[in-house]
Formats: sequence, C-alpha cells, structure tokens
Amino acid sequence: MERQPVISVENVSMRFNLAKEKHESLKEYFIALTHGGVRFDEFYALRDVSLTIMPGDFYGLIGLNGSGKSTLLKIIAGVYKPSQGRVTVRGTIAPLIELGAGFDMDLTARENIYLNGAVLGYTPKYIQSRFDEIVDFSELQNFLDVPLKNYSSGMVARLAFSVATITKPDILIADEILSVGDFLFQQKCEKRMAELMSGGTTVILVSHSIEQIERMCSKAAWLDHGVLRRDGAALPIAEEYRRFQKADSLAAKGEG
Amino acid sequence: MQKLKNTFADAWRYRYLLQNLIMRDFKLKYRRSILGVAWSVLNPLLTCLVMYVVFGALMKGLRGEGISNFAAFLLIGQLLFNFFRESTAMAMESVLKNAPLLRKVYIPKYIFPLEKTCFGFVNCLFSFVALVLVLLFTWTPVSWGTLLLAVYPLVTLFLFNLGVGLLLAALYVFVRDIMHIWEVFCTLLVYGSAIFYDPNMMDGWVQWVIKFNPLYHYITAFRECVLWGIGLEAPRAVICLVCAVLSLTLGILVFKRTQDSFVLYM
Repeated sequence: MERQPVISVENVSMRFNLAKEKHESLKEYFIALTHGGVRFDEFYALRDVSLTIMPGDFYGLIGLNGSGKSTLLKIIAGVYKPSQGRVTVRGTIAPLIELGAGFDMDLTARENIYLNGAVLGYTPKYIQSRFDEIVDFSELQNFLDVPLKNYSSGMVARLAFSVATITKPDILIADEILSVGDFLFQQKCEKRMAELMSGGTTVILVSHSIEQIERMCSKAAWLDHGVLRRDGAALPIAEEYRRFQKADSLAAKGEG
Repeated sequence: MQKLKNTFADAWRYRYLLQNLIMRDFKLKYRRSILGVAWSVLNPLLTCLVMYVVFGALMKGLRGEGISNFAAFLLIGQLLFNFFRESTAMAMESVLKNAPLLRKVYIPKYIFPLEKTCFGFVNCLFSFVALVLVLLFTWTPVSWGTLLLAVYPLVTLFLFNLGVGLLLAALYVFVRDIMHIWEVFCTLLVYGSAIFYDPNMMDGWVQWVIKFNPLYHYITAFRECVLWGIGLEAPRAVICLVCAVLSLTLGILVFKRTQDSFVLYM
C-alpha cells in the first residue's frame, strides 16, 4: 500500500498587501484616492513553495529572519489561506506556534484552561479528564483561582505550555518554543517535547540552531526570501546552510 | 455538498468553544458588581421606568390613546430592540477584537459574531424576568393561549440579528467608520420601531416608513402573542421569516467571500 503524505503543500504562494499607509476609515481612504490613488506594495512572503511531508517525518525548517518560515507554518496550521496553491493536511495538528492563544487575562487559571482547551478544539470532558495532569505539570496548584492578570509572565507561559502539550497529535508544529520558564521547568518542557515527538509523530520544527536540526531532524527545508532553496535529507542541507551563513552576500541577491 | 457537510462538522467541533465564550462574556459582565446578574433585570426595568415617566406622563399626547397597558407595551419594545442593538453592535466588533487569536490559531471566524448574537439572546432571556415583574405589578392580563407562539418572533429575530451581525463584522474589518454610522442609525431606528407610541396615530407616510422596518414587525408580533392574544397572523409571520432569511443569506454571503482576507487587514 502506498503511503499517503500527511501534509502536501502544492505551489503555495502568499501575497501580502503592505499598504504604505493603512486606510482604516472612509475619510482617509478618499483623501488617499484624491492624492493619486491608493497604493499597495505587494510583498510575496512565499513564492511557489511545494513540500511533501510523509508520516513520521521529522522536518526542520531553516532560513534567515523574514524568509517565510512562520508564514508557511501558519498556512499549514490553517491560520492563513494561501493566495495561490493548495495545502492538504491529513490528521490532527497541534500548533505550538504561539502559546496561550485565547487566554483571557480577566479569567482565572481554571477558567482559562477550559477556554484555551476549547480554542485548541478539545472537549470539556477531555479537559476534565486531563485537568489534574495539566495543573500538576504547570505546578500552579495554589494559584488556580487567581485571575491571570495577577500572574507573572513566566507563570502564564507555564500554564500555556501545559495546556498546549496535553494531547498527543498526529502532527506537531513547533516554532522554536521548546521550553519556557525557569531552568528547572525548561528541563521538564524538553522532556515533554521529546515525548510528544517520539513514537511516529510527524514534526515540523522551525529552528535557528543548526546543531538542533542536525541532531533531531531527518529532513530539512531551506527557505530563502520566500523561495524554497533546498529540501531533502537534513544533514547535507544543514551543512550547506552553515556555509551560506558565512557568505552573507548570497542573502542580499535573493529574490525579494 | 461535501463543503456544506464540512462546515457543519467544523461548527459542531467548535460548539464547546462557543459555549465557553458565552460563559466567559457572562462571567466578565457581572464580575465585581455587587448586584451581579440582577442588573440584567434591573437595567431594563429602570430604563423602562424612565421612558414610562417621559412618554407616559410628560408627553402623554405623543404616544396615542390606543395603548392600554403602556408599561408592558413599552418594555417589550425596549427589550427586543435592545437585543437587536446589543447583539449587532457586539458582533460588529467581535472579529476585529479577536484579531490576536485569529492570527495565531485556526478557528472558524464566524464563531465570534455567532457567539455575540447568542450572548445577546441570553441577556434578552434574562431580562424577560423584568417583563414578568412588570406584567405582575401592573396586573396586565396575559394571553395564555398564544403566549408560546412568542417564541417565533424571538427565533426569527435571532436569525435576523445574526445575519446583520455577520455583515457588520465583515465590513468593520475593512472600514472602521461602520461603527459610528451604525450607532447613529440605531438611534434613528429607535424612533421608527414603534417602541413607545402607537403607529396608527402617525401620519400616513410615517406609518408607511415604519412598515418597512423589520424590527417593528418582530416587536409587534411579540406583543400580539403576549399581550393582545391575536397570536401569529400569516402576513406578519411571513414578513418575520423573509427578513430573517434575507438578512442571514446576505450576511453569510458577504462574510464567506471576505473572511479569507480578514487576517491581512487586522
């Protein structure tokens, strides 16, 4: 039986209209119209990118800042709809892109666990069954009924990490957030990440650490100014990327 | 067909989020207030009292003589209009206010206007306690036979509000002026919805204008069921349904066509 890719990205382009001035009211808009039209600067964050990710792949995404890595992750996670091309995803995605999406600072931690869980698509029953585990992991037992606005940012991050990593998804998308909190908690996070990534889970990991890519990933994709430069086995690409960094003139003549 | 099925599966999957968001709004609305939920009842009661004094005593000639139980008449108009004004205004801002969330994770975007309309509906149901109090206090006879039919104008009004809310939410992402225009428009609409007067005493052309206001029909249908024992008359029932369907169709169409570009404008 032929294996089906879990994620296939076909000729995806993403165009943003970077309006020189943003027109948020009719007045501004009409003034701009009379002053020689509304100008938009078209900006391609991604150009004609195609990727196929098979079940069990451990994919590393590399590239300089602004090369389109995060945009690609968001397109795969369904936050953005590509301007052109198509993305097909088979399986559940756990996006560890930005933690704590949907946290309401006025609500207590207890209420936020349910709210954030619902944002991630869990049922109340499921959260109920994992509630103790979430609280245990975050080590915030004594602050459960305190509104989040009274938390320190480290505590919020711990809670967010605990909720987001409670389920074992088919596909895990991580944007460099491998650990939060103090160093003791960071060790816990790394262990939890390792658990999540083990056992056949498909992982897409964005990282600026070439060592990490070499150590963890089986495959890699290299984005340069929105264009897919290389993709395939991780080691040779990481090697080439390392050399590329030294010759920074290459970045300047990339498409933009 | 498959697409429609997917949409419904999606909505079903996120029903807990809807439920959670409504509960959040409800909790936050009354947090730190001493009387809490009682304000849902007190607020319309007090507003109604003010209007009762103004239009019942000070400007008696304005409201017309055809209204026997003015307090209940007034409150029904007030409650239903508030449902409309509140839920559409909240729905309008809902998508933009949740921009941080929508930029981070995938959530069906219509869930926010839908949630606000539901929240407005819940508020409206709570404030019906005020109506019961007024009915008891003024010893107004309730038409028991047709009371349950009042559900019909409520449900159609909900759908009508949802459609308007979706439309406004989509437009508001692109043009922020909508908010100010809508506020003024709603103020105008208060006077055209026969909330505190009998439309039959108005000039011919004014009556004609009022008849083109969907809210007038929802409010009147509700009064006919609860107060006047007329129940649902076919023409008005049809108007309520047609307005709801038209508004919902327009709202869904506009929202669907524009929703993919929301993230680019937030």
